[in-house]
Amino acid sequence: MNPLLLWFHKLGSPPYFYRLAGRLLPWLWGLALIGLVAGLYGGLVLAPADYQQSDAFRIIYVHVPSAWMSMFIYAFMAANGFVALVWRIKLSETLAMAAAPIGAAFTAICLATGSIWGKPMWGTWWTWDARLTSELVLLFLYLGVIGLYHAIEDRRQASRAAAFLALIGIVNLPIVHFSVKWWNTLHQGSTVKLFGPSLIDGRMLWPLLVMALATKLLFAASLLSRARVDLLELEAGKEWARQVALAGERT
Amino acid sequence: MSYGSSASACRALLVRDFSLVWRRRGDALNPVLFAVMVVMLFPFALGPEAAVLARISAGTVLVALLLAGLLSLDALFRSDLEDGSLEQLVLSPHPLPLLLACKILVHWLTTALPLIVAAPVLGELLYLPRDVLPVMMAALALSTPLLSLIGAVCVALTVGMRRSGMLLALLVLPLYVPVLIFAAGACNAAQQGLPVLAPLLWLGAALALALVLAPLACAAALRISLS
Repeated sequence: MNPLLLWFHKLGSPPYFYRLAGRLLPWLWGLALIGLVAGLYGGLVLAPADYQQSDAFRIIYVHVPSAWMSMFIYAFMAANGFVALVWRIKLSETLAMAAAPIGAAFTAICLATGSIWGKPMWGTWWTWDARLTSELVLLFLYLGVIGLYHAIEDRRQASRAAAFLALIGIVNLPIVHFSVKWWNTLHQGSTVKLFGPSLIDGRMLWPLLVMALATKLLFAASLLSRARVDLLELEAGKEWARQVALAGERT
Repeated sequence: MSYGSSASACRALLVRDFSLVWRRRGDALNPVLFAVMVVMLFPFALGPEAAVLARISAGTVLVALLLAGLLSLDALFRSDLEDGSLEQLVLSPHPLPLLLACKILVHWLTTALPLIVAAPVLGELLYLPRDVLPVMMAALALSTPLLSLIGAVCVALTVGMRRSGMLLALLVLPLYVPVLIFAAGACNAAQQGLPVLAPLLWLGAALALALVLAPLACAAALRISLS
């Protein structure tokens, strides 16, 4: 068998994934922490103040990466849900369900920071703008997935049902992304563009990109930590889980 | 062993579901009563000024009908699950999405259609402007089947849970939001004398898509919940 494919098949096995994640975790947490500190220092201290909003704009270093993560994690969850439903890979079920609370947290942070910025800048905590509303719906979709997962007794059936719900909810993602283009309402359009030049000064841009990378690493670290615990719980009756538990007792 | 054609299976299912509803015809009026009650609360809460009520009438009727539909969703598979006929449906050799589409159709005809019939009366209670009424009826005709189809998928996911009421609302309502936005958008546009065709066309497009995809999704969800 092709070594890459072999590795992929091995990755699907819970004990192998558990050990691999355990080895990766210290690195991921460390890099995420360094990235967060560097990004926040760059954003909150080094970046110049905005000509119009002065220091108030600095909240974007938390708001924008959280917003990106809220969508990225949903896509990740739905993709894993798809894999779990089609190929019945246990690891994908666990990853999808472990990702949901992290995504909900990022969505909540995004909404909260947006509100805090909106009060002085727009003069209101909340407005029924397309971007805000669709992001709120995204939060409810996350909460629905989490709620459904915890409402069903059988863990594997619960994760399949919740993964299916996550797949249905994916219609909301393009709405969130394109809402500022389709409806001309209060929320500004995107400033950082993947294609074409960004509309933001380089000195303000780099901390934002560092934060985007750091939040990805934070997500990965948090996801692997959660998935390891979930896998242990799911496989509690298996030999490898017993050995892990015994090894934990000895040390 | 021959199973008969899928068409005859669908016909048998339709006859069975209709006769079940007919034998409990008192229950069939409950959603309408609920919608009337909800609409009635608004004049009490907001005061009886005709101008205020006319401004919110279309949206209120839409939300009242949506909530009534949400409450009636729970009954879609409940009795079938309890008497075991839902498992028989899943095991039957006929395409499950087709059978489920029949069940959703009966559900729509027996719960949503009375609501649509009652909608002009509800609108009148809130001084709905006359020229908005046809647009609201068109929006309802397009949006209620859409709500039933989307709702059926979520019900299929929660089927078999003992206390699924609140959870079902949590699953369904985020998915209902876009439907409500377009239906209310058409009514508001009509109230302001703006063109109403675009939101109605969006609803129609979504309905065409849901008619094809929702029974398939509903079948997949049901197989997950009953596995």
